Amino acid sequence: MMLDYNLIWENLPLYFSGALVTLKVLLISLFFGLMLAIPLALMRVSRAPLINFPAWLYTYVIRGTPMLVQLFLIYFGLAQFEAVRQSVLWPYLSSATFCACLAFAINTSAYSAELLAGSLKSTPHGEIEAGKAMGMSRATLFRRILLPSALRRVLPQYSNEVLMMLQTTSLASIVTLVDITGAARTVSARYYLPFEAFVTAAIFYLAMTFILVRLFKLAERRWLAYLAPRKH
Amino acid sequence: MKKTELLGVLALCAASFMAHADEAPLRIGIEAAYPPFSFRTPEGQVSGFDYDIGNALCEEMKAKCTWVVQEFDGMIPSLKVRKVDAVLSSMSITEDRLKSVDFSKKYYHTPGKFAMKAGNVLTDPKVDLKGKRLGVQRSATYDRFATEQLEPAGVVVVRYSTQNEAFLDLASGRLDATLADIVYTDESFIKTPAGKDYVLVGPDINDPRYFGRGAGIAVRKGDTANAARLSTAIDAIRANGKYEQVMAKYFTYDIYGQR
Amino acid sequence: MLHGYGSSILDGAWLTVNLALTSMALAVALGLVGAAFRLSPVKWLARLGEGYTTVIRGIPDLVLILLIFYGGQDLINRIALASGYTGYIDINPFIAGVCTMGFIFGAYLSETFRGAFMAIPAGQAEAGMAYGMSRSQVFWRILVPQMIRFALPGFTNNWLVLTKSTALISVIGLQDMMFKAKNAADATHEPFTFFLAVAVLYLMLTSVSLLVLRYLEKHFSVGIKAAEL
Repeated sequence: MMLDYNLIWENLPLYFSGALVTLKVLLISLFFGLMLAIPLALMRVSRAPLINFPAWLYTYVIRGTPMLVQLFLIYFGLAQFEAVRQSVLWPYLSSATFCACLAFAINTSAYSAELLAGSLKSTPHGEIEAGKAMGMSRATLFRRILLPSALRRVLPQYSNEVLMMLQTTSLASIVTLVDITGAARTVSARYYLPFEAFVTAAIFYLAMTFILVRLFKLAERRWLAYLAPRKH
Repeated sequence: MKKTELLGVLALCAASFMAHADEAPLRIGIEAAYPPFSFRTPEGQVSGFDYDIGNALCEEMKAKCTWVVQEFDGMIPSLKVRKVDAVLSSMSITEDRLKSVDFSKKYYHTPGKFAMKAGNVLTDPKVDLKGKRLGVQRSATYDRFATEQLEPAGVVVVRYSTQNEAFLDLASGRLDATLADIVYTDESFIKTPAGKDYVLVGPDINDPRYFGRGAGIAVRKGDTANAARLSTAIDAIRANGKYEQVMAKYFTYDIYGQR
Repeated sequence: MLHGYGSSILDGAWLTVNLALTSMALAVALGLVGAAFRLSPVKWLARLGEGYTTVIRGIPDLVLILLIFYGGQDLINRIALASGYTGYIDINPFIAGVCTMGFIFGAYLSETFRGAFMAIPAGQAEAGMAYGMSRSQVFWRILVPQMIRFALPGFTNNWLVLTKSTALISVIGLQDMMFKAKNAADATHEPFTFFLAVAVLYLMLTSVSLLVLRYLEKHFSVGIKAAEL
């Protein structure tokens, strides 16, 4: 066959360690992104312009600029300044993994905040009325009714966001991280076999996508069962 | 009668096509991101030693040349798919590359050199750089050298798409050292404001297994015609002084090397 | 402030817009074909359409770009050599970029169009047929105009994602504004300045796009009553 898969087979360990890097970056970014998204979403549904506007500006700018530009600004751009290099943040900002996770977390926080805000705004009115009828304060209403409900209902759209994040992590290879794409680029450059190298990377990503889609189906069955079509 | 006429027309077409193919321009690949050998001026024009030598050679060969700019690690693949007919982009003639392509004779030969922050002592890279971070350009000969010689000794090799990205990270402290061509490192980094605290250190890296016989012009495997006429042209411009002229434009020292 | 690289970056911006528009045109064409496949009663066409969207959406844009540009050329070369063809097939980065982006977003758009077609009440097509219109007349005169209204939100989304994804094409050497900014950053050692400039340009691009598309949404929704919230 024209395709030389022996060399790929020999380099599979590099792909697997790349997959671990991809997974690590994905999970860290998603976790911190979601933690940041919840307060941002609450700010976005607020009717007070002083609270809503900064959050709107944040999501507008982050969603309006390419991920690659954000990544370069954080990785190469910040390092340009002497003040940054002398600061207490430098041990973190000098690490490519930290910079990539920071950039990805900021990016997903903006998208997730908008998704969550939309979900909060579309809470079935009955749930809010019931909470108020029981005499809940605003804070309690949010904590016990609105947020749990919104988080459940955002699950289908959030699963999309997670899959998009998985693909976004491939940009980490552009700032020296050896994730799946980084492994493919190294192999392609070393042996001049771009086709096999990148097809293998594609297969790894497809496999991970498939697993994530399965996991989200299970999550939906658990947390959104009450919204599923009836199975008479 | 009609059939033979048709055949005649076809034959003429084929002949003119072949004749035309002879006059087809020589497409040369260049990186344009490796000053002073090849770079872009702020107006976007390609310039540099490689570019000027290439034009001088084409003038000498009385051939029409067109330049194709692309990333360094796509050069040999592009040569193989016939996107370009030659690569004139500071590509070292190495045994490894000779497996995939042919080369003209060398048109210059400078060693590789490490760059580190001033005050660092570097006698044996395998010992002094152990555990430290070394930046290289992906798929360059320095990458291969570092991967095969230094990585097993415990040096952390970090790969970048362009050499300049490696210099950016060296300047910001993310890297402890970079390994690249001595001239390139000197011109694009050490001599610039960003590189004022950095120096060229360590031994000259010119292991012939990796860095072979200098930089040559790569052509497709088996394309002896182009390799030969490029080599003849190189000898010609060395003899008639054109080489000296171009070299003096960029360097105050000789970069051709012995032989 | 921009050390003379300003005009070079604006040239790149022009190419970026060019690339985005051309790719979107290709994506719309592929999207309509993909949607037609997925809605087709012919089983294997529907499967093909589904395979197309699933695979494209499961692979990162960067990997697809590298695969199509480097891997695609490599593959074409091997096939050409194997069949004895000694000529060359040139793929310039712009064409490669347009094909890649068009191919990727064709998959996303086929999902959008499919949903839009399905949202049109079945009665519309039936009424058209009852009047004796041919299938293609029903398609072009009844379905497509109504589909646009439903597809616009999804289309807007995809357009915005496309314009930002064009930044990745700089990886294969296409001289869009990202590539120009990287060049300038490398030469001057001032990455922050140039990437910030490019960020502003992209923000302008997305803002203008949003305004235009919002206007189009209003235009196509004339006569439709919006639900009172």
